[in-house]
Amino acid sequence: MKVIFQLILKRIGLSLITLFIVSAVVFFIANLLPGDAAQEMLGQSATPEAVAALRDAYGLNDPPLTRYAKWLGGLVTGDAGTSLANSRPVSELISSRLSQSLLLAGLTAVIAVPFAMVLGIVAAMHSGRRIDKIMNIATLTMVAVPEFLLATIFVLVFAVELNWLPSLSYIPSDAGLYDYFRAFALPVATLCIVLSAQMARMTRAAVLEQLSQPYVEMALLKGSPLSRAVLRHALPNAVGPIVNAVALSLSYLLGGVVIVEVIFNYPGVASLMVDAVTNRDMPLLQACAMLFCTGYLILVLIADLAAILANPKLRTGG
Amino acid sequence: MTAHIIVDNLQVQAGSPEQPVTIVHNVSFSLQRGEVLALIGESGSGKTTIALTMLGYARPGCWISGGAVMVGNDNMADKTDAQLATLRGRKVAYVAQSAAAAFNPSRRIMDQVVESALMHGVMSRKAAEEKAVKLFAQLSLPSPDTIGKRYPHEVSGGQLQRLMAAMALICDPELVIFDEPTTALDVTTQVDVLKAFKAAVKATNTTAVYVSHDLAVVAQMADRILVLQQGRVMENNPTTKILSDAEHPYTRQLLSAVQHSDIVQNKADSDVVLEIANIEAGYGRIKPDGRPEIPILSDISMKVRRGQTVGIIGESGSGKSTFARVIAGLLPASSGYMLLNKRELFSAIADRDKKECQHIQMVFQNADTALNPAHKVGDILGRPLTFFHGLTGAARKQRVAELLELVKLPVELADRKCGALSGGQKQRINLARALAAEPSVILCDEVTSALDTVVAAAILELLEELQARLNIAIVFISHDISTVKHLCDEVVVLYKGSKVEHGSGKSFASAPYHPYTDLLVSSVPTLDPQWLDSRNQDQEARNIPISNSDSLCRFRDRCTVKLNGLCDSEAPPSRKLSSGKSVLCHRDEAMLSYS
Repeated sequence: MKVIFQLILKRIGLSLITLFIVSAVVFFIANLLPGDAAQEMLGQSATPEAVAALRDAYGLNDPPLTRYAKWLGGLVTGDAGTSLANSRPVSELISSRLSQSLLLAGLTAVIAVPFAMVLGIVAAMHSGRRIDKIMNIATLTMVAVPEFLLATIFVLVFAVELNWLPSLSYIPSDAGLYDYFRAFALPVATLCIVLSAQMARMTRAAVLEQLSQPYVEMALLKGSPLSRAVLRHALPNAVGPIVNAVALSLSYLLGGVVIVEVIFNYPGVASLMVDAVTNRDMPLLQACAMLFCTGYLILVLIADLAAILANPKLRTGG
Repeated sequence: MTAHIIVDNLQVQAGSPEQPVTIVHNVSFSLQRGEVLALIGESGSGKTTIALTMLGYARPGCWISGGAVMVGNDNMADKTDAQLATLRGRKVAYVAQSAAAAFNPSRRIMDQVVESALMHGVMSRKAAEEKAVKLFAQLSLPSPDTIGKRYPHEVSGGQLQRLMAAMALICDPELVIFDEPTTALDVTTQVDVLKAFKAAVKATNTTAVYVSHDLAVVAQMADRILVLQQGRVMENNPTTKILSDAEHPYTRQLLSAVQHSDIVQNKADSDVVLEIANIEAGYGRIKPDGRPEIPILSDISMKVRRGQTVGIIGESGSGKSTFARVIAGLLPASSGYMLLNKRELFSAIADRDKKECQHIQMVFQNADTALNPAHKVGDILGRPLTFFHGLTGAARKQRVAELLELVKLPVELADRKCGALSGGQKQRINLARALAAEPSVILCDEVTSALDTVVAAAILELLEELQARLNIAIVFISHDISTVKHLCDEVVVLYKGSKVEHGSGKSFASAPYHPYTDLLVSSVPTLDPQWLDSRNQDQEARNIPISNSDSLCRFRDRCTVKLNGLCDSEAPPSRKLSSGKSVLCHRDEAMLSYS
């Protein structure tokens, strides 16, 4: 247990350093964007005097380092600043959207993870046979198709042509279960397909590697049927790599969610972030970027922990 | 009485169904109930393949293509997977070569031992666990009541191998297949495991098939021996007949590979190439007192002379491979010094210059992993030629050809990829790669342990010949004392990182020995079938933790001739015996001779 505790502490420390570097990169890259909030807000016809006055009010005329230090200081004390576009606290804006994004990601994970595991295990058990080859082609194709293309095709087919589902993911305030289903069907399906393809491939590889181990042969020679040898012997040892793969895939989901939220106009953090880019709303943009990065680091940490917890040798510290 | 096991015209094929390669050719034999049959041969002889067919099993890529394998009334060759599942583990059981790999690392031992009993529904979990504990005791495992609660990595290799035998015997099978069950063990551990197996098989009157490449081991276990070569039966006779009067020339070749002729060269007066003095080394952080956190080696000194072979011997964990790494500079020593051709050598390889690196070359144990399978032989040998001697183009090609000729391989191999070579060929390339640098010393770390007996004998012969031709010094690290005694001019015995005995190869020909060396020497099985039964000591390491930095005798917990009151209170002195060797022991020469 001590080993794991030390590892968590070490990884949290490293994550903080990573976050610090990310904050600098995010800040300076965001500042490379042409134009600023004052310009965006007042529009093309604004007088230079008005723009300058607004800039002054926002503190945009300070040297970048000063602004960075101020922003970072605020972030450390829990104050992510105020949105330049609508003058509300950034934390308030994000928290209203965060639950929506988590709901989308959570639903996707709940469906995609078991689906991918079953696919991967079935493929591994039938490795080299037709069912495995078909799955191989299918998953490879899905990994190669970018989610914006898939999402667009879904909209075209199910919303425009067949008119079965709405193309926008809008949830009315008095929504019933059916409304929720209609709103989530397309975005969740898009994310699930891309994600499960990736995870199924990694699950297959992890299980297949265990299947070639002598202890699986031993289990078969003890009279265990193949299914039992896979589920009782190979799978527990593949859990580490599989959870690792799942966590890494879910961190990939964070990127996918940006595109999917925008295409289906889903009211999550990601579409908030894209709006922030359009409005040159730097405090909001930076906060969103930091949030995604933190989510990513947490998932990677979970992946590493899973690898350790799945191994009794490391677990017992022996 | 009809035979219990009848294998009739068995044929096994491998490869693709369109272009099958027959790997077992029309093998037939039979076995009475309660008999032990040994399948013996080199790798590729089909011995494991044949043994596995008795479980109706063929490894992926292989299949039984003809013949019958009758175990009692069941023909294992024509059963469906579902039928086989009900027979395996219950009627026929299997003990695999490496217990460490054949136990599932993430499940407790007891769950795995009783699994087949529960799967076949022959007894309740409680009854199965009680039976398992009985078997543990019968196989003389320590603390039989609780050992099942551990995970496989928490018990030793020898114990794990016996636990696997318990796993096989849990359902009282009619037939047990032992697939090289002691190959991965130290000789001292092997004795105990063999004894336990033999007793267990006898007590239950089980029919057994024992697969091995080691004739001396088989001589202890088997009633009959089936000699195989390339999937064909060469000879099938009772053990006593095979040992005393082998019919087939191949059997006689196997027998002669076991018996070394003791030719020991003596070049004690040539100049010292490598001198090692008071080396201490270990792993982990260096503590304030200058010692590493996990000490491995302490106070090791020796001299290696030109044209001489120094053997380093010990069980696994004795620090012998660490010693090679220290000499090579891969693991810098924490104290002590080394002189190469009378000049001080930096302890870390990063500080050594090119010339010093060139003069000390290492031949790794496992050529399969030491050589990149995707590289051509010519590139592997050519790289050190360019690096150390600046050879390129035709000159380099010429030298590669010479090196191949030196290790007796055809020159055409230069264009082949390493992955396509046999184990013996790879080990020769591995050796040639070290020789390419034109070193003064080569470090051979267990270079024959992964090879078959006959191939290993050929590699040893080659080493001797190369040494005579090139006048290089060899540090030969091995766990096999009979090889070392035969090959080496000087022998160093390591136990838990201390040098317990050191002397000329000749002085190791007979007692007195250090008690540990004595254990090593007497643990090597001989071709005498009575050998195992005549051995009665149990000297497996006790569970007293003795660290590699203990200043008292580190062998005291296993020593049968320990002097009470002395060995556990005072550090042992280094004694010079009349044969010229030094021994780290409280007993003097007269006392050692009588022990």
